[in-house]
Amino acid sequence: MLLIDCPHCGPRDENEFRYGGQAGVAYPERPAELTDDEWAGYVFRRDNPKGWFHERWFHAHGCRTWFAVERHTVTHEIRKAP
Amino acid sequence: MTHPDFLWRDPDPKPSYDVVIVGGGGHGLATAYYLARNHGLTNVAVLEKGWLAGGNMARNTTIIRSNYLWDESAAIYEHSLKLWEGLSEELDYDLRFSQRGVLNLAHSLGDVREGRRRVNANRLNGVDAEWLDADEVRKFCPIVNVSSSARYPVMGATLQRRGGIAKHDHVAWALARKADAYGIDLIQGCEVTGFDLADGRVRAVRTSRGRIAAGKVALASAGHTSVLAERAGIPLPLQSHPLQALVSELLEPVLDCVVMSNAVHVYVSQAHKGELVMGAGIDAYNSYGQRGAFHVIEAQMAAALELFPIFSRVRVLRTWAGIVDVSPDASPIIGRTPVEGLYVNAGWGTGGFKATPGSGWVYAHTIAHGEPHPLAAPFALERFTTGALIDEHGAAAVAH
Repeated sequence: MLLIDCPHCGPRDENEFRYGGQAGVAYPERPAELTDDEWAGYVFRRDNPKGWFHERWFHAHGCRTWFAVERHTVTHEIRKAP
Repeated sequence: MTHPDFLWRDPDPKPSYDVVIVGGGGHGLATAYYLARNHGLTNVAVLEKGWLAGGNMARNTTIIRSNYLWDESAAIYEHSLKLWEGLSEELDYDLRFSQRGVLNLAHSLGDVREGRRRVNANRLNGVDAEWLDADEVRKFCPIVNVSSSARYPVMGATLQRRGGIAKHDHVAWALARKADAYGIDLIQGCEVTGFDLADGRVRAVRTSRGRIAAGKVALASAGHTSVLAERAGIPLPLQSHPLQALVSELLEPVLDCVVMSNAVHVYVSQAHKGELVMGAGIDAYNSYGQRGAFHVIEAQMAAALELFPIFSRVRVLRTWAGIVDVSPDASPIIGRTPVEGLYVNAGWGTGGFKATPGSGWVYAHTIAHGEPHPLAAPFALERFTTGALIDEHGAAAVAH
């Protein structure tokens, strides 16, 4: 089980959290101008790196804060997002 | 004592092949076999970074069924099931394919409605399916707790009698032996590190054992597909997750069918040797670590014991995880990519084993002709742009 450092509650067990996937995916600035492929990118395509991954977690059974960390997808090591 | 003969050669890579398949698991080996058998292509190499069938092919729970909801899925999985039904004979190898029946339990009115709908959809597509009420479930599988006071009451189940299990290692060995006999090179310890592209076309793969020129390159790399595709500049709508499974100690025969429960994320069968084989849902986070968290196993066991009180003193022998590549609609991605000559077969998520022969069949056709096989066409990468998704989150039976 991962030990995840919630910015509000401190280090807590993984099963208090819900996973939010890749961090920093912004809604398109000019949605009306997007091509179908650009929409596909926004809706369906996310990074899937083998290595450090910038991702979101939700402290569902705690303070209910959304926050981002960097986690290594092979070692599962977690460090603060820059 | 002498070592038994090897079932396949251990060749060094040649400088060039007509087709290079990246990934020596079930789907890669089946693709190689059908390239030779159906299309006469034998100047083919299967490149495997580890050893043959050492990834998800060695880690799955071997369940085979075709009771998917939508027409496109029913067609491809039923094609695969029909191939399974003749595969032991065709490959001249006992795959221990056992059509012992697959139950999908319903625990709520929503499950019941969904199950009945699926049975009707399956029948319309020529897939055998039955709806059992709770008493019929008890008769079919007496050790399931169908008491109305159970934590997860069994309100009925779908049954596919032609579904079952097979011995995964035998499947891999049989396909590898046949592919090798056709002259296909199965090259282990050969990791693909990059692609040579020119004019939008793939020319070669770069590997840990040197450059190998290729007329066509076919990815069959499951959880690592994103990593490879990125090296060819292709972003794919895939996320890699750990999927855990476990086996118990060996038991006398006690369970003669496959029992799956979508709602509580448990699927159980008893392997020929006697161990209970159980699978869980995916771990939530992206990972390539081939291991998952114990609380996932714990939750799965808690649910399994509610369904099967008789297993309360059974001990877990070992747990493990494979890396599964999950697509947004829980359906595979099969076909061409934006790079000419580079093909993808991925996104099988939690359920690729059952599709092994069917996937190999349609993928080989797609590679050989440069056009999607009719059964593969709906699963092309373009569906995420057109919006023609094939949502099988219900039938995939495992939460994504």
